[in-house]
Amino acid sequence: MKLDRREFIKQAAIGSALATAGSLFPGISFGSWNRLAGGPGVLAWQKTPCRFCGTGCGLLVGVSDGRAVAVKGDPNCTVNKGLCCMKGYHSVQALYGRDRITTAKVRKNGTLVEVPISEALDLVAEKLKQTRDTYGKDSVAMYGSGQWTIPDGYVASKLFKGCLGTNNVEANARLCMASAVTGFMTSFGLDEPMGCYEDIDHADVFVTWGNNMAEMHPVLFSRMLSSRKRRAGVKIIDFATRFTRTSQAADKSIIFKPQTDLAVANAICYEIIKNNWVNDNFVTTHVSFHKGKTNIGYGTEDHFTFTDSAETIDYEAFKLFLEDYTPEKVEKISGVPAEEIKYLASLYGNPSLKVTSFWCMGMNQHTRGTWINNLVYNIHLLVGKISTPGNSPFSLTGQPSACGTVREVGTLTHKLPHGVVMNEHDRQMAAEIWQVSVENIDPKPSYHTVEMFRALDRGDIKFIWIQVTNPMVTMPNLRRYRDGALKDDRFVVVSDVYPTPTTDVADVILPAAMWIEQEGMFGNSERRTQHFAQIVDPPGEAMSDTWQIIEVAKRLGFEKQFPWSQDNYIEPIWEEYRRFHAGPTHEMAPYTVLAERSGVQWPFVNGRETRWRYNPAYDPACNNGKDFDFYGKKDNRAWIWARPYEPPAESPDEDYNFWLNTGRVIEHWHTGSMTRRVPVLHNAVPSSYVEIHPEDAADLGVVNGDLVKIISRRGELTMPAQINGRGVPVRGMVFVPFFDESYLINEVTLDAFCPISKQPDYKKCAVRLEKA
Amino acid sequence: MPIFSYLAIPKKDARKTLCEELSTLEHCQIIPADNQDVVVLVTDTPDDHIEKKLQHTIKSLPSLQSLSLAFGYNEKLE
Repeated sequence: MKLDRREFIKQAAIGSALATAGSLFPGISFGSWNRLAGGPGVLAWQKTPCRFCGTGCGLLVGVSDGRAVAVKGDPNCTVNKGLCCMKGYHSVQALYGRDRITTAKVRKNGTLVEVPISEALDLVAEKLKQTRDTYGKDSVAMYGSGQWTIPDGYVASKLFKGCLGTNNVEANARLCMASAVTGFMTSFGLDEPMGCYEDIDHADVFVTWGNNMAEMHPVLFSRMLSSRKRRAGVKIIDFATRFTRTSQAADKSIIFKPQTDLAVANAICYEIIKNNWVNDNFVTTHVSFHKGKTNIGYGTEDHFTFTDSAETIDYEAFKLFLEDYTPEKVEKISGVPAEEIKYLASLYGNPSLKVTSFWCMGMNQHTRGTWINNLVYNIHLLVGKISTPGNSPFSLTGQPSACGTVREVGTLTHKLPHGVVMNEHDRQMAAEIWQVSVENIDPKPSYHTVEMFRALDRGDIKFIWIQVTNPMVTMPNLRRYRDGALKDDRFVVVSDVYPTPTTDVADVILPAAMWIEQEGMFGNSERRTQHFAQIVDPPGEAMSDTWQIIEVAKRLGFEKQFPWSQDNYIEPIWEEYRRFHAGPTHEMAPYTVLAERSGVQWPFVNGRETRWRYNPAYDPACNNGKDFDFYGKKDNRAWIWARPYEPPAESPDEDYNFWLNTGRVIEHWHTGSMTRRVPVLHNAVPSSYVEIHPEDAADLGVVNGDLVKIISRRGELTMPAQINGRGVPVRGMVFVPFFDESYLINEVTLDAFCPISKQPDYKKCAVRLEKA
Repeated sequence: MPIFSYLAIPKKDARKTLCEELSTLEHCQIIPADNQDVVVLVTDTPDDHIEKKLQHTIKSLPSLQSLSLAFGYNEKLE
């Protein structure tokens, strides 16, 4: 049966209405919507996770005549229970943009010309080999993404780290989640949240730390609003630097000055101790106290290095450290009234309230990102509100597989699928599973993302292969990195689905299969691995990123390590990868289980998923006989860190008197390369803008839509003003969404990063404004 | 050949009636929400004249409290 054009438009109309209903009525369900099942032209519904954020909503995609034509929320998926946001409902339309890349292109005499994909892959293999032979193993690099499927990232790591012997593997999750990882590692010794989304059904208080969940994680936010509506006394507190849709829906909005979340978190701990709200039993049994280095820098210079060192301190020393953070002192730094700090502390401190803290980019894209992650854990640990239903410090992810592919597979320079390259045992395990010599795996990390693009600019890296990401829009201090990529003897390979500013700098463009045009797995924010089958065919010669890498690996002579056939490679890759995580702390579900279910949470032991880690009632890895077991650290304790407030790399001054903050909007995914090809989403927000506080706008003589020039020490950009729109920054701050490649705001931002996580800070730099 | 989709909100305790009334109208399809008093309404009419008449009929339904447009498409504009 064929679905005609008119029926297709009708499905789009239904999708739009369902999306609108979802945003207006939190928790609304159309789970019984089955009009299309067996209806005109729709042959089958198949499950898949959504690919447009890290929440991991389950979708059912309706297919007709080989084309994905409709989407509904998967009622069997516990993440979203049948609900979707507007990106989810319109997601399949992103497959069918008119300018989809369907053939390979190679730059010849300065012009990109179409070639058969086999010829392009030959050239990629030849250039990679030639560059490595001439300039050494660390002259070649792979840059991927939290939108890589798990098999994509796994084969990339195996080829580059295992076979080619370079640790030049990074992913854009360095730009969004690295501070979360180092936060978890330093506080608990193991990555990823201890809780799960069920916390939303149990918590009495939600604190969103610099996290506009209403736009960035709308389905989870809807669940939160629904929980508040259903249960008496549930409160949402929004703690942010800008008034957003989340602030609007919250019971209380508390605004702080950029970077001073560090000071406020310490003041909350001070108040908890002062008022005897500490859970003494928990702290005595399960917590140890530590401090690290201070004045740790910002990484704005090339070759910057930093290694922290932990020193154990006692509880008294921690209390003494907090003396600098009384609410009254912190009010002066943060602009948050002491009374509001005390109020926040009282919520965390009240033993009868269950508290969940949510955060994402506001805390992670921060020059002290690791520290602020540590400090929020400190609060939860002092009061023992952790690892039990409703008590959860919860780091959300931005991308569909930032956890699954980047953090679990380990597609970062220092990581392996199990452990780190610096650890001999971890290298041995990788060498054995990958069937390579252990000497092949370099024990030294090479370049993190910012330094990788600096190395490309300097010429230390000559060849880079970029997949599923758009760094020529997203890198901070962008101009330097674009100019670097364009230098004569650099060779840039880009695998993507649409033309972008990154394909503009490519020497080879490989057409990629997108999302459900291939089989794969994602891993979401709550340790849930989600399998999807190939539901529709990719267009033209488009090929999965996994298979592109395998084709190049075979051409380089690594048939032994990549023996799979194109007919069946995802299942054997998964089963090989799964060996890295064998054991009760991270056991992954077998392929057959993943294929059946709408996601499975790890550790998956004896057929059981783990909802709350470190709690023996739920977690099979606990074996100390106590009420909690923080088994990630050698002392079997969670670590509280004394981390001070330190200022950002750049603050407003006389010459550049505004803060610049950047981020996303609900309608668009990251750089907009896919969602801007979906008419409904594009028409909703067709171009970017700069949000200005109405009084600042009046001072500048600017009204809505007037052009404003934003100038920093790196560059300048002119774009229309938005005043009293969906977000309102405080006086002295502007906010710019980065989804629009016509307005490259990252030419203005600063490439400063957290010295521990190496994650850049996109939320704070200094600019000045002029009416254009 | 216009296609529109709306969120139709019934008057108090009139959800069932609204669904019944909309279901009987030609060129209309409905998808009621499971857990809220909200109905997704899709209209698919052959021309502007019939579309206008249908809109008038829908807006006159006694069980309807409000109608919000979510999507609009008209072939002749393409």
